[in-house]
Amino acid sequence: MEKVLMKGNEALAEAAIMAGCRHFFGYPITPQTEVAAYMSKRMPEVNGLYLQAESEIASINMVLGAASAGVRVMTSSSSPGISLMGEGISYMAGCDLPAVIVNIQRGGPGLGGIQPAQSDYFQATRACGHGDFHLMVLAPNSIQEIVDLTQRAFNLADIYRTPVMILGDGILGQMMEPVTLERIPEAELPEKSWATTGTSGKRRKNITTSLWLQPDKLEKSNFARFERYALIQQKEPLWEEYLTEDADIVLVAYGAVSRICKNAIIAAREKGVKAGLLRPITLWPFPSRPLLELVDRVKTFICAEMSMGQMIEDVRAAIAYRKPVTLCGHTGGVVHTPEEILAQIEAANGGTQP
Amino acid sequence: MNHNILLAGFGGQGILFAGKFLAYSGMLHDKFVSWLPSYGPAMRGGTANCSVIIGNTPIGSPIVNKPDILIAMNLPSLDKYEPECAPNALVILDSSLIGRSLVRTDLSGCYIPATALADENGLKGMANMIMLGKLTAASSVCAADDIEAVLKKTVPERKKELFEANFKALRLGYEYRS
Repeated sequence: MEKVLMKGNEALAEAAIMAGCRHFFGYPITPQTEVAAYMSKRMPEVNGLYLQAESEIASINMVLGAASAGVRVMTSSSSPGISLMGEGISYMAGCDLPAVIVNIQRGGPGLGGIQPAQSDYFQATRACGHGDFHLMVLAPNSIQEIVDLTQRAFNLADIYRTPVMILGDGILGQMMEPVTLERIPEAELPEKSWATTGTSGKRRKNITTSLWLQPDKLEKSNFARFERYALIQQKEPLWEEYLTEDADIVLVAYGAVSRICKNAIIAAREKGVKAGLLRPITLWPFPSRPLLELVDRVKTFICAEMSMGQMIEDVRAAIAYRKPVTLCGHTGGVVHTPEEILAQIEAANGGTQP
Repeated sequence: MNHNILLAGFGGQGILFAGKFLAYSGMLHDKFVSWLPSYGPAMRGGTANCSVIIGNTPIGSPIVNKPDILIAMNLPSLDKYEPECAPNALVILDSSLIGRSLVRTDLSGCYIPATALADENGLKGMANMIMLGKLTAASSVCAADDIEAVLKKTVPERKKELFEANFKALRLGYEYRS
């Protein structure tokens, strides 16, 4: 299949269409606007619906409605816009509705800036809204992986009846790389017997709701959801390991930063320092097991992220606090250079090798 | 070896388009390629830059911090990025807009009055392609024989009437001798 040169945002939108998404509701915000722009052009060509809502709050509630009707639906935004969606995302989790939500992160807090950041890690993996729930969170680091993971996100959403978030950053959204627009293998998907598609007078009506006034019923519905979460944690963690076999120092990084880490690791190895990388591809479920398996062999871990240290908490917990984990962080839209990561690797190794 | 290329100038000079041309030139030979623009409030008249990496090995960081090829299309870009260049980097600069020479002695400079050439030859707005023509002559990034094929990929179908002018601009830069 021919390779095409595409922006991350555009590749993401096309991959959603390849996955059968025919409904997109959104509101423009830098640095993800190309997702919406691409959808506005492409959706009419595939008999799909593109609708620019009046706000992110409206967008997410339209997504909730479409998901209730059982269709594949997506919205995308960037950090402040995702905050606005928090309530709707919580409702969707409570209604067990599948959908794909894209966050191409920018600097925060508040209106922040528009340059790349990873400071919504807590929001994505801990509390995208109120209540006891999780999102599945996928974090690609290349345009090809965006194409593959976006398609996968729709399958995972359907299989586990949960909103799935694709967590990118301004670099991934804006950069172009050659990609193959290839479909991923078809997955076995459950029927959406719960969808509110009209009864035609032939069955009892379906209701999607997150309202349970009796505590025992609400608890039961949460228990049932957490049984699915347990399954997700058992079956769905994804990660990549790069030169970890003999590594004394293991970097943990996701998204665009993981790419910068690879430059630093190559440079470190040229100087005789054995560094490697573990890259979480799913942030929730977090790939804790492979990290724990490294703990005896590794001297120290470095968590590189474009934040003041958010994923680092998961890294420390994953290795049960048995080895030091230091942060190599930037925030506000500032991106790491390979040199500063290299310097931190060398410092962790006890100074420059001769 | 990877080519780490930084293109920089004003918004509206076609910096991003020129970067796209280079990315396609790499794709023509199945190289690893990345293209990353500066983005933000910079539009026409503001500063624009674009990192392009072309290589034989997978690309880590798509950000070019230390270019081994710098294409500078205005003075602020040269002032900003000349000190950042890798040792012995190639710098191609538009001498009709940049009234100074390189300060660093290790760099090899190619001075071409691209904007003036474009205006004189009825190619207004195509100084970017003249610069790329010069780059083709001065480096191994893109082969002269590939120009036509790459340009076909780069110029979108709906703007195909611009193909000839772009091609002419590239040739002008390629053949320019100071």
